[in-house]
Amino acid sequence: MGTRKGTAVTRSVRKRTEGVPRLAVWKFASCDGCQLTLLDCEDELLSVAAEVEIAYFLEASSAPGPGPYDLSLVEGSITTPEDLERIQHVRRVSKHLVTIGACATAGGIQALRDFGDVREFAAVVYARPGYIATLDRSTPISANVPVDFELRGCPIDKRQLLEVISAFLAGRRPVVPAHSVCVECKARGNACVMVAHGTPCLGPVTQAGCGALCPAFDRGCYGCFGPMESPNARALNKQLRALGMSTPELVRVYRTFNATAEPFRQASESAENSREADDDA
Amino acid sequence: MAAFVLDSLEPLIAELRSRGFAVVGPVARGGVIRMEEISSAADLPRGARDEQTPGRYRLSTHDGDLMFDYAASPDSAKRFTQPPRQTLIRMRRGDIEEVEDEAPRLALLGIRPCDLAALAVQDRVFLGGRHPDPAYRRRREALFLVTVNCAVPGGTCFCVSMGTGPKATKGFDLALTELADPHRFVVEAGSEKGVDVLGALSQAAACDDDLAAAEEVSRIAAEHMGRQVDTEGIQQWLPQAHDSPRWSDVASRCLSCTNCTMVCPTCFCTTMEDSTSLSDGTAERVERWDSCFTLDFSELNGSPVRGSGEGRYRQWLTHKFATWYDQFGMSGCVGCGRCITWCPVGIDVTEELANLR
Repeated sequence: MGTRKGTAVTRSVRKRTEGVPRLAVWKFASCDGCQLTLLDCEDELLSVAAEVEIAYFLEASSAPGPGPYDLSLVEGSITTPEDLERIQHVRRVSKHLVTIGACATAGGIQALRDFGDVREFAAVVYARPGYIATLDRSTPISANVPVDFELRGCPIDKRQLLEVISAFLAGRRPVVPAHSVCVECKARGNACVMVAHGTPCLGPVTQAGCGALCPAFDRGCYGCFGPMESPNARALNKQLRALGMSTPELVRVYRTFNATAEPFRQASESAENSREADDDA
Repeated sequence: MAAFVLDSLEPLIAELRSRGFAVVGPVARGGVIRMEEISSAADLPRGARDEQTPGRYRLSTHDGDLMFDYAASPDSAKRFTQPPRQTLIRMRRGDIEEVEDEAPRLALLGIRPCDLAALAVQDRVFLGGRHPDPAYRRRREALFLVTVNCAVPGGTCFCVSMGTGPKATKGFDLALTELADPHRFVVEAGSEKGVDVLGALSQAAACDDDLAAAEEVSRIAAEHMGRQVDTEGIQQWLPQAHDSPRWSDVASRCLSCTNCTMVCPTCFCTTMEDSTSLSDGTAERVERWDSCFTLDFSELNGSPVRGSGEGRYRQWLTHKFATWYDQFGMSGCVGCGRCITWCPVGIDVTEELANLR
C-alpha cells in the first residue's frame, strides 16, 4: 500500500514538472453515452487519471483547462454551422484526435435526416422553425477534419476505449480488429442465432468490439459498431429475406446508429430498390 | 478388443469424476447440443434429435431413452485443446513471465469419431513438427476421450467420404455404441487408461446379439451420409482450379464472417495481440483464434495479401482439402459438416468442390 501511495505522489509531482499528456473530451451532436463510458471505467479511471491530465472534460468537471491537448476524444456528429467551426478549433488545439462512437464515426442516428428533408422535419416539430439553424446532413467528424483514429460503437466499449488510450500513450497501434462480430461470438461460445433459431442478425456484416453481447442473450446483432472490414450485405440480405424479413424491416435494420456508414447505406437503399421489394409490397 | 455392455452411463461418469476428471458431455441448451460439464447421466439430452442442413440447425425432443441420437454439435474438442484466448507471456519492466495455465483433467464424453480424427489432425499440427506446442501437449495429455459411434448422421455429414467415421477405430480411451430395446451401450476400450477405467466398473461381456446390433448401427449410419465428396486426386486437381470462375461465384455469397473456420475442428490459426496496462505497467501477449477470412490475417506492410473474398475462400478451401496434404501429410477436413451447417448463408463445401471439379 505504501509503495502504491508513493507512486501516486511521484506521479502527481511529475504531472506538474514533466508534462504529463493532456486529455480533452469534446461533445458534438450526441447523447453523451460514449463520454460516460470513460466515467464508467471506474477503477481504471483512476489509472487513466494517474497517466494523463484530464484537462478538458465538461461531463466530469466544470473547470476546463486551456489547450493545447495531446489527445482529444471527440463524441458526436456535425449538425450545425457552429459545430463546423468548433470542430476546426478542436483539431487545431489537439495533437491527436480520436473520434468515439457511432455519431462521431458515422453520423449517428441523427443522420437519418440524410434520407429526408430536414426543413420539412423542422417545420413539423418546431412552432417557429425559423429559429432553427441546422445543416442538411449529419456528418462524421472525419468528413470535416483529419482524424487519427475512429473508435466505433453505440456506445463504445469500455475495454476498447482503455486500449485506445493506452495505445496512444505508448505510441503503438491500438488492437481494435475490424473483422465481424462472428469472431467474438464464436470465441465467446455462442451458437449462431441465425442458424440455430432463424433469428435475423447483422453480426456477419458488423464490426466486432462489443464482445457479441446481443447474440449471447439470443438476440440478433443490431449493428451498433457499424460495417466490418469487408461487408457483404447483399449476400446477408438474401438470407435475411429467406428468414422472413420484409423489405421495410430490412431497410430498418440498417437505418439505426450507423445508417449512413456507406456499406449500410447501400444495404438499405438496395433493399429498398430491389425487385424483391415489389414482391413484398 | 473385448467388448462389454453397460446398462447405464451413471457408473462411468461417477468413476471418471472420482478419478479427478471434470466430465464434459452433450447437453441441450438454447435449442442446440452443447458440450458442457455434467455431473450425472441425467444431464444428457434424452430424446433429442437434430436436423442439420446448410445454414440451418434445429433440435427437437422425442420419446425414448436414446441420449446420442444426433450428429456433431457446434462444439468440437478444439475449444478444450486450443482455447479461444490464452495469455502467453506477461512483461513487467523487462521481466518476462511465461504463463503456464493449468491443464484441466477433462473427460470428453460423447465426442464423435470425426472429432477424434480432428484431434489426430491437431496432434500432427501442434506436436508433429520441429516445434511442438507444450501448452497443447499439456491440455491434450489431460484428456480422457469417450467417443460415441454415430447412429444418425446429420444432413451435412460426410465422414464416410473422408474416411473418419461413422465408427471410431482409434484415438479413443473408450468407445460407446448406443443401442435401443433395451437401452444399453456396447463399450470397448482403446487404451490402457480405458481398460483401467472399464475394469473399475461392473460390466457384462457383450453377447453376439449386442455386437451384431452395434455393427448394424454403424452400417446403417454409413449408408445415411447427408453429403459426399469425391476425394480422388483432390490434392492434384484442386490447386489447379486456381483460375476457376467458381471462386468469384462463391465469393458473391460468402460473408467472410469466419464462422466456417471458427466451428471447424481442425482450423488452428491464431493471431497475437500485445497490450499494455495503464494501471500497473505490465504488458501482455495474448494468442487468440483468428481466421484466414479476416483482412488482418494476411496483412503485410499495411495491406492484405488476400484482399478479395474469392482469394480468401480459395485459400481456405484449397488448404483444407489439398495443400494440407503437402504441409501435414493428411487431409485438413474430417467431414463433420460443421462449416456447412453453421455458415449463416449455407455455403456447402461439398457442392463447391463438386462444381470446381
